[in-house]
Amino acid sequence: MSDALWIIGASMTPFRRHLDRDVTDLAVDASLSALRDAGMTMQDMQVMAVGSQFEPYTFGQQIQKQIGQTGIPLYNVHNACATGATAVRSVLMEIRAGEADVGLAVGVEQMSAGSAPYRAQRPPERKVFEPQGRDGHVLPTEGVLGTGHMWGVFAQTGTDYARQHDGVGFEQFAKVAEKNHAHSTLNPLAQYQRPYSLDEIMSAEMMAYPNTLPMCCPTGDGAAAVVVVSEARLRTLDPDVRRRAVKISAAVMTTDPYTPSGDVHPDVNTLTRMAADQAYEKAGVGPQDLDLVELHDCFASAELVHYDNLRLCEPGGAGAFIDRRGPWRDGDIPVNVSGGLISKGHPIGATGVANIYEVVTHLRGEAGDRQIADAKVGLTHVIGLVSVCAIHILERAAS
Amino acid sequence: MAPLRSRVPRVQVPIVDYLVLGDGAAHLVGNRCAGCGATYLGRRNACASCGGDDFERARLVDRGVVESFTVVHRGAPKATGPFVSALVRLDDGVYVKANLLGVAPDAGAVDFDTPVRLQTFVAGTDEDGNEAVAFGFAYEGDDG
Repeated sequence: MSDALWIIGASMTPFRRHLDRDVTDLAVDASLSALRDAGMTMQDMQVMAVGSQFEPYTFGQQIQKQIGQTGIPLYNVHNACATGATAVRSVLMEIRAGEADVGLAVGVEQMSAGSAPYRAQRPPERKVFEPQGRDGHVLPTEGVLGTGHMWGVFAQTGTDYARQHDGVGFEQFAKVAEKNHAHSTLNPLAQYQRPYSLDEIMSAEMMAYPNTLPMCCPTGDGAAAVVVVSEARLRTLDPDVRRRAVKISAAVMTTDPYTPSGDVHPDVNTLTRMAADQAYEKAGVGPQDLDLVELHDCFASAELVHYDNLRLCEPGGAGAFIDRRGPWRDGDIPVNVSGGLISKGHPIGATGVANIYEVVTHLRGEAGDRQIADAKVGLTHVIGLVSVCAIHILERAAS
Repeated sequence: MAPLRSRVPRVQVPIVDYLVLGDGAAHLVGNRCAGCGATYLGRRNACASCGGDDFERARLVDRGVVESFTVVHRGAPKATGPFVSALVRLDDGVYVKANLLGVAPDAGAVDFDTPVRLQTFVAGTDEDGNEAVAFGFAYEGDDG
């Protein structure tokens, strides 16, 4: 296919609390590593996109000032938890439009104490009731009219699935976290790298039923980057670069279609199913062809429903799928062998690039102890509220 | 001798404007799209389903069933402790999010079959003594 796009460079920083570095350091680190991996420099780049959910204004230009101001077009992107994937897509679309044939996409976030968005935010004290906003509220409604906290929203998504399908309960959700924490013990870049027993997970502090603390992703700091080229440009590159190149077989983005409940409770299922169906069709592959999947497990309850949304299990069979260890690294379809958001970490802007880094690394056969043997096809999925979903299907270069 | 200023009378105001306290029993109101019937809580510019911009104010029914829930521990208000957040599908098909009232903060206390009915409660008081009235849902047969 003449208009195929290829990843020739990929990197990620360790995900953890980087208290000795600022957010620019992290983005620069990932950018330069991806460029080195591609055998290129900023002078070769024709377009750049920088994703961060929380950095203000022209943050991407601050990165350019540290690594190379060459006058190229730059997109500053924020799109909730799909921010990184949206940065990648911005570069893909620029190349596909014929405006560039090589570009750099970076995703970064610093969420540790001290970074701007995580300083204490208190609602202003209102001494006299006065209607605010589109619902005319006179008091903050969190905790009074249900919850809108992320851990509560995704918890409700889980109990909705459990209501509709047999064989799904607290234990099935907990098993997801058991798996992801086990997987991250093999990933030196992960924020947590220790196993948690099922019992330990189920008896930990409850955040919002059915998710206990180790079933929720941590906040953290990190960055990831990829270098993308057109097929025409790829043909001109070194055989060593071509050999390690990874094909982008599908790049899909969706937002919420209207559903009657979506206005009061985010629907993370419908747009994921739409994106998955489009991606499989574009790539000409099905779920059974996938050697590994990195999906958006911000909470254990989210991962479980996405087994079904991404068609990794029988319809309604997500509980049975985790019970038979289908998504374990030695199971039918390995899911989140990096540790996923739950255990690898979730610096928001970095996540949608880091999952591409993970799959690319396996497809290149360079994932070390956590390598999925002979991986040929992988899928990445992110979802941000409310709501955007991005899926990429990646394939190893034909040898 | 009469006081120089009469005391400001204490009033009750709804916590959100889609809760109506007067006009008979407390109830919810929505903006219903005249074109397709999609119904929204709160102010609208146009319909997310069909794009129409003609809305009618619709009184919503006060009964429904729980479709999903969670028991929130972390981040729950200190005064009340863990609470049950629920997505309720009203009998007229409109969805609303609220707390379940009169149930223990325990997953085992929630069922999806027994109908729930709207109840109101005072959620806060301002410096003039005005009360903000909120709503939740309680299982039928419970007094909340």
